[in-house]
Amino acid sequence: MNREYYGKLIFELSQPGRKGYSLPKNEFKGYSLLQLDAMSLRQTPTILPEADELTVVRHYTNMSNNNFGVDTGFYPLGSCTMKYNPKLNEELAALPGFNQHPLTPAKFAQGSLKLYDEVQKTLAEIAGLSRFTLNPYAGAHGELTGLMVIRSYHMSRGDVARTKIIVPDSAHGTNPASAAVCGLQIVEVKSLADGTVDVEALKPLLGPDIAGMMMTNPNTLGLFETRIPEIAKLVHECGGLMYYDGANLNPMLGVCRPGDMGFDVMHINLHKTFSTPHGGGGPGSGPVGVRKGLEQFLPNPQVIKVESSKLKVENLASGEVDYELSCKDESLGYVSFFLGNFAIIVRAYAYLLSLGKENIPMAGKLSVLNANYIKESLRSHYKLPIDTVCKHEFVFDGLREEYGGDHHSPEHVTTLDVAKRLLDYGFHAPTIYFPLLFHEAMMIEPTETESKETLDAFIAVMKRIAEEAKADPELLKSAPHSTPVRRMDDVKAVKEPKFTFKSL
Amino acid sequence: MAKVIEGLYYAESHEYVRVEGEFGYIGITDYAQDQLGNVVYVDMPEVDDEVTAGEEFGAVESVKAASDLFSPVSGTVVEVNEALEDEPELINKDAFENWIIKVELSDKSELDKLMDAKAYEAICK
Amino acid sequence: MYKYFPHTADDVQQMLDVIGVRTLDDLYAEIPEEIKLHRELDIPSEKSEIEVRRIIQDLAAMNKPLTCFAGAGCYDHYTPSVVPFLASRSEFSTSYTPYQAEISQGTLQYIFEYQTMMADLTGMDISNASMYDGSTATAEAMMMCMAAAKKRNRVLISETIQPAVMAVCKTYAKFHGVDLVAVSEKNGVMDKEAARELIEKDDVAGLIVCQPNRYGLIEDFTGLADLCHEHKALLAVNTVASALAVLKTPGEWGADIACGDAQSLGIPMGYGGPYIGYLCTKEALVRKMPGRLVGATTDADGRRTFVLTMQAREQHIRREKATSNICTAQGFMCLYVAAYLSLMGPEGMKEVNELSYASAHYLHDELLKTGRFEEIFDGPYLNEFTLRYKGDAKALRMALAEEGYLLGAPTLFCDGCLTIASTEQRTRQEIDNMVELIKNVAL
Repeated sequence: MNREYYGKLIFELSQPGRKGYSLPKNEFKGYSLLQLDAMSLRQTPTILPEADELTVVRHYTNMSNNNFGVDTGFYPLGSCTMKYNPKLNEELAALPGFNQHPLTPAKFAQGSLKLYDEVQKTLAEIAGLSRFTLNPYAGAHGELTGLMVIRSYHMSRGDVARTKIIVPDSAHGTNPASAAVCGLQIVEVKSLADGTVDVEALKPLLGPDIAGMMMTNPNTLGLFETRIPEIAKLVHECGGLMYYDGANLNPMLGVCRPGDMGFDVMHINLHKTFSTPHGGGGPGSGPVGVRKGLEQFLPNPQVIKVESSKLKVENLASGEVDYELSCKDESLGYVSFFLGNFAIIVRAYAYLLSLGKENIPMAGKLSVLNANYIKESLRSHYKLPIDTVCKHEFVFDGLREEYGGDHHSPEHVTTLDVAKRLLDYGFHAPTIYFPLLFHEAMMIEPTETESKETLDAFIAVMKRIAEEAKADPELLKSAPHSTPVRRMDDVKAVKEPKFTFKSL
Repeated sequence: MAKVIEGLYYAESHEYVRVEGEFGYIGITDYAQDQLGNVVYVDMPEVDDEVTAGEEFGAVESVKAASDLFSPVSGTVVEVNEALEDEPELINKDAFENWIIKVELSDKSELDKLMDAKAYEAICK
Repeated sequence: MYKYFPHTADDVQQMLDVIGVRTLDDLYAEIPEEIKLHRELDIPSEKSEIEVRRIIQDLAAMNKPLTCFAGAGCYDHYTPSVVPFLASRSEFSTSYTPYQAEISQGTLQYIFEYQTMMADLTGMDISNASMYDGSTATAEAMMMCMAAAKKRNRVLISETIQPAVMAVCKTYAKFHGVDLVAVSEKNGVMDKEAARELIEKDDVAGLIVCQPNRYGLIEDFTGLADLCHEHKALLAVNTVASALAVLKTPGEWGADIACGDAQSLGIPMGYGGPYIGYLCTKEALVRKMPGRLVGATTDADGRRTFVLTMQAREQHIRREKATSNICTAQGFMCLYVAAYLSLMGPEGMKEVNELSYASAHYLHDELLKTGRFEEIFDGPYLNEFTLRYKGDAKALRMALAEEGYLLGAPTLFCDGCLTIASTEQRTRQEIDNMVELIKNVAL
């Protein structure tokens, strides 16, 4: 059943005259859209489908059978932290009490504001920072917001010459892109052969034009940057701030906090570290935290807990609230419609409450255990460019030469081939061709929610694929064979672009 | 092994200029097209646009990469290779035959700063 | 171990043995001791499912449910029960961006459907699938105008745009180096003459207008597209998505970009999110479009399939050359919208608008009849309108909230005014009850 490709579009199931909704009768006589000037009205009919309820339900249910998620199987996609998404979180996020209009006066939304503040405080303790905003909608949005904080800080001191940001060459692609959107110029700093930042190469880049430096730690190779205290000191001495890309926060939970490493500003991906579902790529949530002294630059509005002394004096005026919304003049401004993806924040709160101080650090440690276990078990078959203990993820540089992985041979079996063959065995592929430091990069992140049995099965399959690569490379080059559909023609998709049903 | 043609001028960013009188035909080298893979789109300027030596004038795109085009010389665009609009893969077939823009050169002395075939061949190794 | 961690003590030991270290802490040996946290995190202890449920249910219960007559970018439309039911299928929700197309046809297909539907509603050629909300989608439209114009950095924005959208655009503009200039309003709509004067200076990359606007008014954009195009500027129209089914579309106005929030297409108000912004454009501008795009192609067996395409535009390839840092594919919300529009179809969308129009106009007229409100604009509106309250508007709003009604949003730019909205979910009884209360409030 699952192997059958469904493939239809809802437009192909449409039949004129069918409908999938029911609405109340119009109780308001004498009003009609036709009272509007014809010039204001749509002339072109829509091509929206016409379908009954069961047709719609079956259509999307069949479609879901062609999809792979964490609930379907192992998803070792590096840098994405595809951990289990607890179902309790879903139930609680859907509570009707949270479905309020964002302009509800604060007095009538105290539960939501309290929840926001609790999450904010918990994240601040986990990060070792002073305060978080939960308004940014995604990791990249958090990066942009965090960089805006950094620029606002410099501008507030009249230090307008700081327009450059240092980014390691191993950084996630969003780092330089966010910096560019924020109006910063990117200065790249090289990595050493062991994959960590070259501190000697960093020194000459520092100067009065540097706004700060973006890093992720552990870095995109899964390696902890042990010289981080020195790097932070150098950047601070030149007047810059340190930005922490929280994409790789998971292994550090409760062990070593970004604030203690010397970072001033960071974002967290709630959909990575704190278990909210990835949803096919979104919606996520990208809270941004800052060190003491930078709170006023966070985006508006902020949720503020009213101090009890103030409450007594002003309880009449403020309507007896514990939490209120506040807008600050020094703030960088608004980055979102309101308080961010609130329903995602509810999910993260359920996760934080469930795990508590006992289990949050354990999540990180077990993710590191799982990653190192796979790494040590597979290094016999796959090229391990940097041989050291990794954190939550690590990178192979393709197959070893004896398994057809010789890059210099034009017929070599590539990382893409291995990735596609993995799909045949019921596993999602790792992140491939990132980071850019290695030609055949294969980035594996197992997360803490996977059992030893699952890892062993994955390891066995990866070894089997390596054997296949040696014996029958063509089997890999034409993979996958047993997925609902086969390899796609990517070139055709770009050269004959078809983005809508109409254009088919 | 990538092809390099004698008599052309080459830039470090892998563009070439073929000079004919007052005009220069600018394209990407065989080495560049090979590195890029299947070219699926070429973003070209319009006729009469000015280009400046060392500055961006367009981009070449493959399925999973995009590479900006830097003009090796300054001048005014007098023609763009319209065939590339429908068949960008011509660049893969023969990068030297399928130039991208034709420019009226404003400063021929700029050519002296570019490499000859031999020097370019050396940097491609 | 904990319920989300499958490791037995034996498993941990065996794995440590394979790695060649003694304890879990040894896996962190390289980290300098002085930056490690040598204490427990100062956060609450673990809680059982029963306790977590109780804590969060109690928080939800601290909120007061209000019958919603507010809009300003977020509308209380009905969500068919099928929509959240389908969206909660975890084959969809626990997947990520569909990088491996062979095992992600479900996600790719519903995104393709979503793109088709949004392109159709806006009257444009293509739609992306990546915007967080309407305000950030409009900011992306602004940056897209600048990227397309190359050498111009001035973008005009109508003062009548929703305040939240304006605020976000201002933030992005400040940091991205966009010279964002607000075009003044006249009688509640954008002053087209003021726009003309600015555009004729030939230094404008684009103009962003809004429909219906921050007062709920329907604006007339006749001639704007030609004016923009004559002066090599782009026209972007921001519209409430639901209204696109009945109002003249951005495509029909001749716009180059359509942007806005699609929350009105069956997405719960959810105290501000998640929503989805839409961003649509013409085919010629596809390479200036940020965000993920799904295209149709064929697989090795010749079957029609779907795949992420035009990736050379995206942040992870362009890195510092990127004009957008969008990484999200707002998948889950695309599914919400696609399922909603599949159920509603053309007729349902008309009916939703018809009912919203009727209830809003009825409410408008009943409020005027109380003698406590006065009209300040005479322009046409769909389901949202602005009236001036003759007393203390803020106090009235709070008093009604105590009684269970959310009457509009305070209109910041117009003293004593409230911008009020209605939808197909509001009944005549609810309206009559609220109007009765207003008659008896002495504020």
